[in-house]
Amino acid sequence: MTTLLQLSGVSRHFGGLKAVSSLDLSVDRGEVIGLIGPNGAGKTTLINLITGVHPATAGTVRFAGEDVTRQQPWQAARRGIARTFQIVQPFPEMTVLENVTAAALFAGGLAYGERAEAAALEHLQFVGLADVAGKRASTLTLAMRKRLELAKGLAMNPKLLLLDEVNAGLHSTEIDHALALIRAIAARGVTILIIEHLMKVVLNLCSRIVVLHHGELIASGDPQSIVRDPRVVQAYLGRRYADASH
Amino acid sequence: MPTGVDAYWLRLGTTMLMYGVLAMSWNFIGGMAGYPSFASAAFFGLGAYAGAVAQKYGLPMVVAWSLAGAVAALFAAALGFALLRLRGHYFAIASLVVAEVLREIVNSATNLTGGGMGLNIPVPQMASIADQARFFYYAMLGVAVLAFGAVLVTQRSRLGFGLRCIQQNESAADMLGVNTTLYKVNAFILSGVFVGVAGAVYASWVHYIEPPDVFDVLYSIKPIVMVLLGGAGTLFGPLIGAALFLSLEELVWRNYLSVHTGVLGLLIVLLVLFLPKGILAFRLRRT
Repeated sequence: MTTLLQLSGVSRHFGGLKAVSSLDLSVDRGEVIGLIGPNGAGKTTLINLITGVHPATAGTVRFAGEDVTRQQPWQAARRGIARTFQIVQPFPEMTVLENVTAAALFAGGLAYGERAEAAALEHLQFVGLADVAGKRASTLTLAMRKRLELAKGLAMNPKLLLLDEVNAGLHSTEIDHALALIRAIAARGVTILIIEHLMKVVLNLCSRIVVLHHGELIASGDPQSIVRDPRVVQAYLGRRYADASH
Repeated sequence: MPTGVDAYWLRLGTTMLMYGVLAMSWNFIGGMAGYPSFASAAFFGLGAYAGAVAQKYGLPMVVAWSLAGAVAALFAAALGFALLRLRGHYFAIASLVVAEVLREIVNSATNLTGGGMGLNIPVPQMASIADQARFFYYAMLGVAVLAFGAVLVTQRSRLGFGLRCIQQNESAADMLGVNTTLYKVNAFILSGVFVGVAGAVYASWVHYIEPPDVFDVLYSIKPIVMVLLGGAGTLFGPLIGAALFLSLEELVWRNYLSVHTGVLGLLIVLLVLFLPKGILAFRLRRT
């Protein structure tokens, strides 16, 4: 397998706060990686520095062999790095179709016109939102908005899809639906990095899990070894629990 | 058209078209991109002086007008790359001072602009005063048609779509691959170029300009009121708003000379409170 994303010694400071410090991470093409860690561990910051929202203060980010440490978010989008937001970000006054068309147009590289719209409609069918294509995005339920985010991400024709808590706030039937969607996206060969709190989702979906704690990568490995790793248990549940179980 | 129409209506028509150009232009940056610009007066005054100075040095009138448009566009591009990194209200405040700065520069560049004494623009050689009035009516109509054409093309293009995305959620637009700074600068250039030409036509029309006249802050405020009156971001909203505004202005001006600015202020307040999406919103709400 070839490396798609390579972070070397990457740090991001906000004033005196080290949100991410000297982190090394390599992602191969076709991998589905779960990124977990307690609140404030630096997971979203990590996504922000991959996509150029908050560029790294030290270290380098390489994507498909290219140094992209200093890229702008729109450049990341055009290079094939798509993300969904933890707090969904639709264009509220536009229709659902227009929302996805925008993604196909500006990041997906399609020309303005009917072809971009047709492509957008295909993605809406894939996530099951074709029925509401003509409705304004602001009228959708949270579960539908999360699916809209997925459709937008797909329309960007990504090589790497960064999913930031796409399942937060959903109930279990909706989560099963979202899981099936993400699995179908992975089957298309899209590399996925998913931030997730629900262990059910991570264990089900991911070939590898990496764990962040206080901005540092404390563990990386297959799901079964990660849940038994004492450092991970300690980060989540505290030292006492970790000692007691070993 | 206007043979035998009296001079008042011709003057009003020319003003109406000029307001239309100002409103349509503001719509690019304020309506489509959602960036409340107060730079219209700067473009207008800059265009007026560029056109007037060019004619002072012997350029033919129409060439001078085109030059004024080019100067305004270049100025908008430079200003845009500096200011449009600011978001929302910061941009509004920054754009407000631009006209003031330009006015001071023009005031002190006495050799070139005549400073506070103003500048005379050569009167075109024509058979009669009425012919002149008609000529400037058609000139302003030409500028308005160009501006309208630009609105039409923009709204049906990638640029217009990208601007709508920026207006709704700039961070999300950025994340979807819209080069937001470049798009906003383009909108700003479009909001400047036709205003610059209109300023130059205005200067030729009135034959004499001075800094407080063409850099008047009202040239920044009126287009905003017109667009809000008609409907921001829409195709016909700015034109409808300009017509409505001019009608109101004429009625109020003629009948309530001493309180007309007060009435204008009241109109703005009512507009913001009760019609934030403009007259066209009525039609949209019904469908």
